[in-house]
Amino acid sequence: MSYPLNPDLHSDDVQREPIRAGFGRGLLEAGKRDESVVALCADLTESTQMSLFQEEFPERFIEVGIAEQNLVTVAAGMAHAGKIPFTSSYAAFSPGRNWEQIKTTAALNDLPVKVIGSHAGLNVGPDGATHQMLEDIAIMRVMPNMVVIAPGDSIEAEKATLAIAQNGAPAYLRLARDRTPIFSTTDAPFEIGRAYLLREGADVTLAGTGTMTYELLIAAEILAAQDVDAEVLHVPTVKPLDEETILASVRRTGRIVTAEEAQRAGGFGSAVAELLGEKLPRPVRRLGVDDRYGETGTPIELLDAFGLTGRHLAATIAEFIAGLDAGSDR
Amino acid sequence: MSVSELEETAVAIRRSIVSMLEKAGSGHSAGPLGMADLLTALYFNILKHDPQNPSWEGRDVFYLSNGHTAPVLYAAMAHSGYFPVEELATLRKYGSRLQGHPERSALPGLESTSGPLGSGLSQAAGYAHALQHIDKDFTRFVYVMMGDGELDEGNIWEAAMYAGKYKLRQLIGFVDRNYIQIDGSTEDVMPLEDLRGKFESFGWHVLEIDGHNMQAIIDAVGTAKAVGSRPTVIIAHTVPGKGVGFMEYDHRWHGKAPDAAQAAEALAGLPRAAGKAQNA
Repeated sequence: MSYPLNPDLHSDDVQREPIRAGFGRGLLEAGKRDESVVALCADLTESTQMSLFQEEFPERFIEVGIAEQNLVTVAAGMAHAGKIPFTSSYAAFSPGRNWEQIKTTAALNDLPVKVIGSHAGLNVGPDGATHQMLEDIAIMRVMPNMVVIAPGDSIEAEKATLAIAQNGAPAYLRLARDRTPIFSTTDAPFEIGRAYLLREGADVTLAGTGTMTYELLIAAEILAAQDVDAEVLHVPTVKPLDEETILASVRRTGRIVTAEEAQRAGGFGSAVAELLGEKLPRPVRRLGVDDRYGETGTPIELLDAFGLTGRHLAATIAEFIAGLDAGSDR
Repeated sequence: MSVSELEETAVAIRRSIVSMLEKAGSGHSAGPLGMADLLTALYFNILKHDPQNPSWEGRDVFYLSNGHTAPVLYAAMAHSGYFPVEELATLRKYGSRLQGHPERSALPGLESTSGPLGSGLSQAAGYAHALQHIDKDFTRFVYVMMGDGELDEGNIWEAAMYAGKYKLRQLIGFVDRNYIQIDGSTEDVMPLEDLRGKFESFGWHVLEIDGHNMQAIIDAVGTAKAVGSRPTVIIAHTVPGKGVGFMEYDHRWHGKAPDAAQAAEALAGLPRAAGKAQNA
């Protein structure tokens, strides 16, 4: 096990930064490395952190206005001409509003159009249900050719941005608005399609994507105090899924809990359940938002209310394991 | 190619459209027949392209936004040398490169995938915008064909605003103005007029022509290229089903293919040329 975690991870004043900030830095760097990288935005340049790129490369930055369908289809045309276009808006609007255009003009054509969905998940907080994109993992992972990545923190978002700039495929990058705890380090690895073992354990596998990996690390610490030895996987790439790493872990622990700041239906947990159902049938518990919309509140109030903080997750996981050990909860 | 040779070629393309649709047993008839003169002018006169080398870097780019009119595109491509004319008989068949709607990965020479309406103008605008970096001497042009019914889509007007803002002088759009869509007349379903005024107010140069007049088509493109400061849209007035009497002006032929007897009748009205144009 060699994943270098942030040593201050369990501190109350763990360093925090919006995941989207890492995207902004990654895009700037991608632009420096490859002059075919262009950036298109739908009137949210500052929010989606494209402003760094805009300042450095004004001639390669394109303001499209509040027009998400045009955003991705113009990008497809630019990709036909050899560009690597990054498009950004809030996830609720892109891919929320322009899914068919992404499918037909980017994914079906297998073009390197990058869809950056910022402000995904519940942590948009006070903006409420209309702006809390919870269905994006589900709708994007069913699209052939599409790579789907939900980075766990801002450091990883920077690496993921550079990786998708180079991979030549259509990709969806899911970003969060709120200041998210940093659990990784600059030395930590990131490769598209790889899952990472963050903590070894024998009793249960906890697999998180995006912001939920940090919460699972907190949960694992709470569980340890209750004599539950949890293994933690970080799965930033939802598609293609790192089947090997997930299966190897579940072979050791015999059961898995997934967590995501998104709808349970069709999301990351569903991808894991599909995998295990076909290749290694074992008990699965999927944690996320359960077939309902979000609402107004602070991010922490909402995560609390939806049972997605480390403390809540630990309680649910303990219950799941106790049920299995009692031979009842199947 | 002279105007009369172009006109003969357009008849050959119409014959191919009728034959391929009859063999396919499904597909759209009215639009492709109405657009045959426009596509002939493009593929045999206007476009700078090399059918033997479809991805030639110096080429002009053509997008078919109203992808359901694929038969006219396939016929124009086959007759101009992208693939054998005989292959047109595979339209809509399993394993064919001629998918029901054009698919970029299936056939070299297709610039994009289309069918879901309203996204061609944006892609053409994106390409034309990228050309501002790549082709600084303005030697290449990006053409896009749109149906008039498809102008109901909001995506079109997002793109129209965008192209106006960025003064995409290498972008030349065509509207196949035949006044029909599936549910009836465009002006009943969702009125488009004043169409010229709409595009003009978005910062476009607008030309209106008879879409069956070969010389007018060629001249309009010449004008569009010379404008040099804005995108141009050419509103081409066409007759749906043009060349097949019983289909002309009848919106019921929008999404229907002729049966064997109807195809025979249609072909009888489209005489093979004695001249140089290919017949199929």
